Amino acid sequence: MKKLMAAVLAGAMVLSFGMTAMAEDDNVLVMATNAEFPPYEFREGDEIVGIDAEVAGLIADKLGMELQIDDMAFDSVLAAVQSGKADIAMAGITVTEERKMSVNFTDTYTKATQMIIVAEDSEIQGPDDLEGKTIGVQLGTTGDIYVDDVPDASVERYNKGFEAVQALLQGKVDAVVIDGEPAKVFVSQNEGIKLLDEAFTEEEYAIAIAKDNDELLEKVNTALNELKDNGEFQKVVDKYISSDDAEEAETEAASEAETEAVTE
Amino acid sequence: MFQNFQDKFYLNFIMDDRWKYLVNGLKTTLTVTFFAVIIGILLGFLVAVIRSTCEKTGKMKILNFICKVYLTVIRGTPVVVQLLIIYFVVFASVKIDKTFVAILAFGLNSGAYVAEIIRGGIMSIDNGQFEAGRSLGFSYPQTMIYIILPQVFKNVLPSLGNEFIVLLKETSVAGYIALEDLTKGGDIIRSRTYDAFMPLIAVAIIYLIMVLAFSKLLSILERRLRSNER
Repeated sequence: MKKLMAAVLAGAMVLSFGMTAMAEDDNVLVMATNAEFPPYEFREGDEIVGIDAEVAGLIADKLGMELQIDDMAFDSVLAAVQSGKADIAMAGITVTEERKMSVNFTDTYTKATQMIIVAEDSEIQGPDDLEGKTIGVQLGTTGDIYVDDVPDASVERYNKGFEAVQALLQGKVDAVVIDGEPAKVFVSQNEGIKLLDEAFTEEEYAIAIAKDNDELLEKVNTALNELKDNGEFQKVVDKYISSDDAEEAETEAASEAETEAVTE
Repeated sequence: MFQNFQDKFYLNFIMDDRWKYLVNGLKTTLTVTFFAVIIGILLGFLVAVIRSTCEKTGKMKILNFICKVYLTVIRGTPVVVQLLIIYFVVFASVKIDKTFVAILAFGLNSGAYVAEIIRGGIMSIDNGQFEAGRSLGFSYPQTMIYIILPQVFKNVLPSLGNEFIVLLKETSVAGYIALEDLTKGGDIIRSRTYDAFMPLIAVAIIYLIMVLAFSKLLSILERRLRSNER
């Protein structure tokens, strides 16, 4: 019995070390993401598109590398970077103190908010009303982490953001806390739910890079700042997020993301 | 190395009482498995008896047809899909206890496999046993209950045990409906600490221990049942 246990553990260790050794060098920049997060990253046909995906492409160009996008569950994204399976992670990742302990972050590139979605006839008016309610979130997102602090609330952690929204539509949860931009898309796509004006929290997104990879961190930071300065970054953002006028493009992109997600 | 291990252990299990995710998850997993096994056995016996009765006597054709449809659908689709269908489609727009949904889904699923295991057991009993029972004046149900099924149970016990081990491990997909079972507990820790090794290995070891304990219980039961054989 002990022998079996030892063999199992040894096997697991060898695997985890073996994986760490992979995915270094080459001229490929591997980006870990969770392509179910419109408009930052989502699938359009066979491709993964969105703000993060395009900005990563521009950064890869600047570094003279080829971008390869790996799509995975959101809660695996940071682990992928940490274990060296991916070089960078861009998945609308909010900078938090806790996450800083396991990965390094570049300069932030977007301000984001965690928003609350409720049913149209809901009595919930703002973050304070969430007390004692059932809240749906996506596992591992900042929304998930922050709602832990809501008193007496029971939290339902879905694997995907749209599943939490589906649970809300079916009355299984009282509210959903999720990042602002996807929240807008979800609300525009579904009848009977609305976005509360008051945000749950405000935060900033950045690119995550492994702790020991300072060289890459510096390079990506330089590239990112260049893109911000010459306006290319804003162009990408404008393409996907519209203040008012380009609303159509956004819903169109979102509806495709939605169909994709449903048929998955 | 060892210090590192200690730190990781602290981060993953001690800090913020994270071990509670595993303990609560374990409770959920055990609850779901226990009740799903009961539903599985009851349903399985029922379906198996109907199916073999139809095969042996040609009666209960309609019930047999319903059972066949049930077996085809359940065995032909993945348990995750069944679970999601029950949660998001069958119980759409109902606020329902997720543990109940999981018990129902896994019970229905297990029932199909148990049914075929038991039917195999019934068919393996020599026809002479039926004939002997009937010629002693037993009715068909009496023959089934007093002569056939006790022998069947002993014969199929190893395969049944196997099925329940599979069931226990299959409940690990309950996280799909946001039910916090053992696997999901590990996933939550993973999403907080961004460490894959500790939570996953811990979850694996807990499953392994449960399966070992269950196998042990099963072999004791088997030995007891064999004690009157010589």
